[in-house]
Amino acid sequence: MTRSDLSPTGIRFQNIEKRYGGLWALRRVTLDIAAGECVVVAGRNGSGKTTLLRIAAHLVRPSFGEISFVAPGTNGKLAAPRTGFVAHATMAYDELTAEENLLLFARLQDIFQPAARVEGLLREVGLYERRASLVRTFSRGMRQRVAIARALLSEPSVLFLDEPATGLDPQGVSWLAETLRKLRDAGCTMLMSLHGESEISSLATRAIRLEAGSVAADTRTGANFRSILTFADA
Amino acid sequence: MALLSNTAVLLGKELRTEFRSRELLTTTVVFILMVVVLFSFTFDPSSTESRRFGPGLLWLAFLFAASLMLQPCFLREQTNDTLSALRLSVNDPFAIFLAKLAANTLFLLLTELLMLPVFSILYNVPVLPVLHWLVLTFFLGSLGVSIAGTALSAISAQARMRELLLPLLLLPLLTPVLVVSTQVTAGLLDRAPFVEWKGIGFLAVFDLVFLTALWLFGEYLLEE
Amino acid sequence: MKKHALASAVVLLLLGAAAYGALYVAPTERTMGTIQRIFYIHVPSAWTGLTAFFICFVANLFYVFRRQPYWDWLAVSAAEVGLAFTTVVLITGPVWAHPVWGIWWTWDARLTSTFVLWLLYVSYLLLRTLVEEPDRRALFSALFGIFAFIDVPLVFGSIRWWRTQHPQPVIMGGAGSGLEPTMRWVLLFSWLAMLSLMALLLRARYDVEAMRGELDSLQRDAEAA
Repeated sequence: MTRSDLSPTGIRFQNIEKRYGGLWALRRVTLDIAAGECVVVAGRNGSGKTTLLRIAAHLVRPSFGEISFVAPGTNGKLAAPRTGFVAHATMAYDELTAEENLLLFARLQDIFQPAARVEGLLREVGLYERRASLVRTFSRGMRQRVAIARALLSEPSVLFLDEPATGLDPQGVSWLAETLRKLRDAGCTMLMSLHGESEISSLATRAIRLEAGSVAADTRTGANFRSILTFADA
Repeated sequence: MALLSNTAVLLGKELRTEFRSRELLTTTVVFILMVVVLFSFTFDPSSTESRRFGPGLLWLAFLFAASLMLQPCFLREQTNDTLSALRLSVNDPFAIFLAKLAANTLFLLLTELLMLPVFSILYNVPVLPVLHWLVLTFFLGSLGVSIAGTALSAISAQARMRELLLPLLLLPLLTPVLVVSTQVTAGLLDRAPFVEWKGIGFLAVFDLVFLTALWLFGEYLLEE
Repeated sequence: MKKHALASAVVLLLLGAAAYGALYVAPTERTMGTIQRIFYIHVPSAWTGLTAFFICFVANLFYVFRRQPYWDWLAVSAAEVGLAFTTVVLITGPVWAHPVWGIWWTWDARLTSTFVLWLLYVSYLLLRTLVEEPDRRALFSALFGIFAFIDVPLVFGSIRWWRTQHPQPVIMGGAGSGLEPTMRWVLLFSWLAMLSLMALLLRARYDVEAMRGELDSLQRDAEAA
């Protein structure tokens, strides 16, 4: 993976609120995530982590407030940086093969030399041998690898990960942690929601805890860091 | 341009997915066949009567079949949240709709054309002399059905009672298509066949109006 | 309270005057006799219904682009009021047709189109009951409302064309076909009276919806505290 044109991108949440009927999933969230930061969002189920991520990815429209990508230093808003999203769901078609899925999304995103890129990614996530198998036949761990490959297709400047280690065996988690480390070191901004401490959470440079849709804690280093991550399990 | 290439890529995906399983096509064909056969028990299928009731029967069957066939359209994108993947990948969300409605029109047209010889034989109505006009009519009508149906299936996929909701929303909306398509088809199947140009023009207008509406409002249909 | 009572009084007055006009002022129609007077309810109801649906359409557009809840409140109110007036059209049609033609329903172009219109907005209201989440419900019903309204001219046009192929007895003749000036005035006045009733009903229904909305947000704030 070449990191030649990774344009640093920050994320800005301004007074973000999201309600679903009578339930406020997010309340007055104001955050500034700097370009290149690796942020972990921790919290109980239902604390708003997924909503936060989906709003940041521009999948969910906030009820109030503004979400934007920012170019560092300029304070100006970036139109459409390359982003990647890894969710609970595979976000790939069961009835297509791994290769077909990746080619589809590569072509949609107008990726240069899609076939070569897809082949490279398949090798990297360790699915090259199973590239012609339907995703329907994949195990949970393999599906997660497809999801990660798909998210990385465009060499994103911003990566969103919603509990990405789910379903991965220990080797898978190590491999993912290593992949994410390389991305982080190359300047990719990362926002991920995690359940508790792991190899992956150790990559973070900042930890945020959400409680009932509000930011309850936000630290970059220090004693609080660990407690934020482990508190999620409580 | 990006919209067309995205649409082409997505259309390829829709077609590949369907032709692998062919479940939508087969069930739709069988459904229309059943309606056509059942309908024959409700009136005396002599040649004269068939010319009177045939066009309406055909189009009613197509409409009912479509309202069933269009249900999985956006529903199947919920399985693995592939809709989110699409929304993140495409520049213009209209490409998603264009691809789906093109695929749906194609599937509908295919099933209709498969039904045509069956109808012709069962009801003793010759269709060969006017085949190309019938194809045009079926195409314009099916396009209208697909445009409205694809748009509304995005809504019904997220509502309760979606199996009933889609027909409920779609059928009144498609009244003009039913009325006009039946008229044009009746003209073509008449003993002295003629082309009802006004009708063809009307169908084209319907298609254009709803395609424009979908273009203007499609992104909101996909919003979360 | 006072404003409301005054408004109701005005509406009642207008309706009373319209009724008087329809029953006594308007001349008796040549061929059909007294039953024709139902025309002064039937036609204005149709126009008022369409006016209400147009208001619904505008509210739908504003909601999609502005997302303020009060547009949704206006939309549902307008749809319900429009449906009420449309129902009156569908009832007065047969009531008129039966003594004159001896049949309850003729597939007259306008009446048939009105029936489809009625079905469209019934579907609109049904859609609202089947989407639980309020913001989603507002958005989806607004979008369907937009599709439904742009369909209206297509429905009327297609059915009218169809009926020219298969002519049927036309209820009420064309509006304005051979209308004496007095009749025209009574008709327009009836429409005015109906519009005022529509406005009153709209306001009342909107207020109910607004209260519901307020209650909702109060509840939410209470939960948050």
